[in-house]
Amino acid sequence: MTKKKYVFQEKLIEIVLIVFASISIFTTIGIVLSLMFETVIFFSEVSIIEFFTSIRWSPVFDPPSFGVLPLITGTLLIAILSSFVSLPLGLGSAIFLSEFASTKTRKIIKPIIELLAGIPSIVYGFFALTFITPLIRTVLPDTDIFNALSASIAVGIMTLPMVASLSEDAMMAVPNSIRQGAYALGSTRLEVAIHVIVPAAFSGIASSFVLAISRAIGETMIVAIAAGQTPSMSLNPLGSIQTMTGFMVNMALGDIQQGSIEFKTVFAVGAVLFVITLIMNIFAKYVIAKNREVY
Amino acid sequence: MTNYKKKLKQRHFKSNLFMVILMIVILLSFLVLGTLLLEIFFRGYKTLTWTFITSMPSGRASRAGILPALIGSFGVIGLTALIAIPIGVGTAIYLTEYADKRSSFFKILQLNISNLAGVPAIVYGILGLAVFAQLFKLGPSLIVGAFTLSLLILPVIVVASIEAIKAVPNSIREGSYALGVTRWKTITGVILPMATPGIMTGSILALSRAMGEAAPLIMVGAVGFVTFLPSNLLDRYSALPLIVFNWTSRPQAAFAEIAASGILVMLILLILTNLTAIIIRNKTQVRVD
Repeated sequence: MTKKKYVFQEKLIEIVLIVFASISIFTTIGIVLSLMFETVIFFSEVSIIEFFTSIRWSPVFDPPSFGVLPLITGTLLIAILSSFVSLPLGLGSAIFLSEFASTKTRKIIKPIIELLAGIPSIVYGFFALTFITPLIRTVLPDTDIFNALSASIAVGIMTLPMVASLSEDAMMAVPNSIRQGAYALGSTRLEVAIHVIVPAAFSGIASSFVLAISRAIGETMIVAIAAGQTPSMSLNPLGSIQTMTGFMVNMALGDIQQGSIEFKTVFAVGAVLFVITLIMNIFAKYVIAKNREVY
Repeated sequence: MTNYKKKLKQRHFKSNLFMVILMIVILLSFLVLGTLLLEIFFRGYKTLTWTFITSMPSGRASRAGILPALIGSFGVIGLTALIAIPIGVGTAIYLTEYADKRSSFFKILQLNISNLAGVPAIVYGILGLAVFAQLFKLGPSLIVGAFTLSLLILPVIVVASIEAIKAVPNSIREGSYALGVTRWKTITGVILPMATPGIMTGSILALSRAMGEAAPLIMVGAVGFVTFLPSNLLDRYSALPLIVFNWTSRPQAAFAEIAASGILVMLILLILTNLTAIIIRNKTQVRVD
């Protein structure tokens, strides 16, 4: 009798746990469906060719124009400029931590670098607007108050720990025997790091780069605060721009009628953002899986 | 021979130079972190008073406070914890203790969770807007904010919990089974107590990340400027990052100062939660060999 009760209880618990686990799958389905549903309606009213080829984005003006390219340009500008900060500094930190620092030094330095990732993006946005922008404007007085460069530097600082920590993991995973072998042949630390460790950990490093850029593309509050609200095809880092995420926040803050065509642009732009970041994340995993050195 | 020695000297010089450059890179990140914290501290500490913490927002910076945002943040994060931790830990238990590792359901779940971790926060906001706010007709309410943030941090909690559960040695698990204990009793009586520090640390860190998130909450209709306290789950609410965003967007310098004060409150809360996580990890770490 009691055994039967236990069997029943065990089965019930397993079912509850399966339901919990399924929530993550329903999250994905929910994201895809909610983006798709509104986007399909959007494209029944706006030509998909106009959306991807027009170079004017002004959905709330009369007459409206729905060319997403300026938003994609703005997003790419932020992604590229921020990677000039995050990739070299992140990789440099990773090489130092993995190949030059003692265990003790690493234990102190690593948490401090990771602190940079723990600071909320709204704080970086504030810092970009009140500190980085004035700094840029003292050197280059023609810079707009809202500009791509300031936001990019902040995004770069925020994504730096991601590059540092994932690249370091990849370098630490290179077997010590390979390192010792190179040292035994008389190599200096620099030679071991550059000619042995970095090539061996290349797939991990490359995927950390892709993930950091993908994170920069999805970053919202920094660009909403510091990069401006001017959709533009310009690649001038000192000018005001608008990213896909910046536009979405802007629309959500305004009093746009829910269900209107202007409102649906948020879903269409969100769908583009989702697809771009998804492709990059899958690509990052593919790079790791395909190029992994097996020791 | 002398040529070799000369070259060797050069090679070592290059190596040391490289190390110096790397150290400068590290110092640069420290410098940025220090500048950021000092900048915010010196901008915000003067206006960070008790009245500031216990007042309502106002159109005038000198009278504005953060009370609704503070209470709203506590409310939305508390609810998020109640929703996300049981589901996250449950998912982790299923994946580690129940699921057949060769089944396609297991593989899909794993792939799905790692993909979800890379989805931008603002996209979760879109999901929350379309499903919770519009489809379920819950509007821009506290519970919608909590649902949205829960889904956002779920992958983090699942991954941290899986790590913690995996760290429990198999011998202990099998010992429990050998004594005739059922699967669920083994989990609640043996595995979870040992995995709790890891699960708690991961969950606290995930919640502290949720506390700083503004973008998903903006998408589901939360606003910074709210002059009442939420009294039930369907009330409108504000949150600390939202009021900071509201003040940062205003051109007057006085609002930049109180925005910095608001950030200080946020950072103090973040430091406290992170310290708690570290203390829990250090105090309760069980060593098993």
